[in-house]
Amino acid sequence: MKRLAKLFLISVVSIFLLVLPLQAAGTIKIGAIFPITGPLATFGTSCANGAKMAIEEVNLRGGVLGSKIELLVEDDQYKPEEAANAAKKLIERDKVVALIAEVTSSVTLVVAPIAQQSKIVLLTPTATNPKVTQVGDYIFRACFIDDFQGEVMANFVYKNLKLKTAAILTAVTSDYSKGLAQFFKQKYTALGGKIVAEESYSEGDSDFRAQLTKIKAAKPEFVYVPGYYADVGPILLQARELGITVPFGGGDGWDSPVLLQTAGKAAEGCFFSNHYSPDSKELVVQTFVKNYQKKYGTTPDALAALAYDAAKLLVDAINRAGSTDSSKIRDALAATKGFRGVTGVITFDANRNPIKSAVIIEIKGGKQVYRATVKP
Amino acid sequence: MVDILQQIINGISLGSIYALIALGYTMVYGILRLINFAHGDIFMVGAFIGYFALGSWNLPFALGLVIAMIGASVVGMIIERFAYRPLRTAPRISLLITAIGVSFLLENLMVLIVGASPRSFPQSIPVDIYNIGGLILTNRQIIILLISILLMILLQFIVMRTKIGKAMRAVSQDKEMALMLGINIDSVIAFTFALGSALAAAGGVLVGLYFNKIEPYMGVMPGLKAFVAAVLGGIGIIPGAMLGGFILGIAEILVSAFISSTVRDAVAFIILIIILLVRPSGLLGKYMREKV
Repeated sequence: MKRLAKLFLISVVSIFLLVLPLQAAGTIKIGAIFPITGPLATFGTSCANGAKMAIEEVNLRGGVLGSKIELLVEDDQYKPEEAANAAKKLIERDKVVALIAEVTSSVTLVVAPIAQQSKIVLLTPTATNPKVTQVGDYIFRACFIDDFQGEVMANFVYKNLKLKTAAILTAVTSDYSKGLAQFFKQKYTALGGKIVAEESYSEGDSDFRAQLTKIKAAKPEFVYVPGYYADVGPILLQARELGITVPFGGGDGWDSPVLLQTAGKAAEGCFFSNHYSPDSKELVVQTFVKNYQKKYGTTPDALAALAYDAAKLLVDAINRAGSTDSSKIRDALAATKGFRGVTGVITFDANRNPIKSAVIIEIKGGKQVYRATVKP
Repeated sequence: MVDILQQIINGISLGSIYALIALGYTMVYGILRLINFAHGDIFMVGAFIGYFALGSWNLPFALGLVIAMIGASVVGMIIERFAYRPLRTAPRISLLITAIGVSFLLENLMVLIVGASPRSFPQSIPVDIYNIGGLILTNRQIIILLISILLMILLQFIVMRTKIGKAMRAVSQDKEMALMLGINIDSVIAFTFALGSALAAAGGVLVGLYFNKIEPYMGVMPGLKAFVAAVLGGIGIIPGAMLGGFILGIAEILVSAFISSTVRDAVAFIILIIILLVRPSGLLGKYMREKV
């Protein structure tokens, strides 16, 4: 009941806001919500850095529609309730014209209905679960979806690595993890591979030995762990301690320097699918990597690249819309075609998902090494 | 067969950690009749002190462990002095609510100081893996088991054989009477908190070493589970806490091994409900009628 009342209040307020004339002068505000602290801190920080850099570049060139852009970044600590509060605050109080939010699928699924209700464009840089953009026609993403990412890994494991049996260890508390596991399994079994064990854990657990002991008994040639780095590190360590020597693999949730630090040698020879590799020779990637390193002193991971692309996509849409009216921004963003981003050429399909390629990264010598590019 | 044995080994390692935390719970309850909900957070504070002692100063593991235990004792005594002592004559529920408040305070204070991100614990004891006919055992599992048994024996000795232990038992039986006989209740209770906190800190450091991950909220779940372990064994009884810890650890691992890892956390609380219904005084506890 309380929730209904809240929703009602939000809709009333947002209708009220829509009626108000938009301020023409001053800055154009874009909101961003990321988990800058908490268990996914490196994800949130990378995204915030990437988005900030993109906006700074735009402002240096005079902004868009004759005004500068102001990026308002909120931290949600990877807590859905904090993210919801931040979204309401950004929309109602700060009156942002669009949102770049959130990193994870689970939290984006909480924020997206709020943006949809208020008819504010929400562009998530990194939420890969298919359900995210199904929330409504104001929800977009800058990354590929889990159907594709799961299939890419299944193909790679079955065809390139030639491993015919696999085990899956899923985080039951994460929509992202469940989605990836499902699509990996579908594709892998369709190719002729066999899933010999399926286990699960809750995010934030610290003891995975029971599940890993079961996986070990099933003798898989490959273990798929589509989780986030904070859990994957301890999982890899405990797996190696229990004597599981086969390669592990995962999705873009593995893309954090923290994984290499915690897991160390345990991560050697593992693979994960990702959105881009900083090793790419393309000019747009090289320029981005160089500028990012100059500004922040680290090599940008895929999250930074995606957030950078997301911010640029949004500015491009505002520019083509010729207005900060949210329905016009929405239409312009949906019409994006052949946008050259750091993470590939972006064209939105009818479901507001971009069609783009993925890369496979191998962990080798304590570093992320580019292994292959897979086109859709 | 090897798998079942392996799972039991996993369970014993987990159980010995629950046991260490449960010891502190049980001791404080035995003396003050207070369920110290901040105990799980003292465990976390201990882990962080150990983290800095081992990581920043590069001390040997044993020394780091001792420093963490001493540091946590001090924290425990401060909490007792400022949060619990002023409420000693207040209704028990006020004390309980204060304990929950202290728990939140410690968690958020730690988030403020070190941030909410998980950190990997310094690996000051390298892993040695022993393979006995397919059964995997690591030196860390053995160390954890030995340290917890050793600390339990030490605790039992302090409580049963020393003068301060005798005073603790006296205070637990009748505070006013103990006071009349010249026992300094304040210092006995402070000592109890120090001892319990030291054990929790030892648990924290061992958990850091074993799971290689610490963060400010790491004490919440183990704290609740250790509470269940203490109730299971009979709250207030030292060997009972140890027994409860082991049973709980093994039960949890066996459930995730043979039923489903999804219901793992539920097991502890199902056990709690059953024990409260069937045998409220715990496995080793004697049923005592409340005097009216």
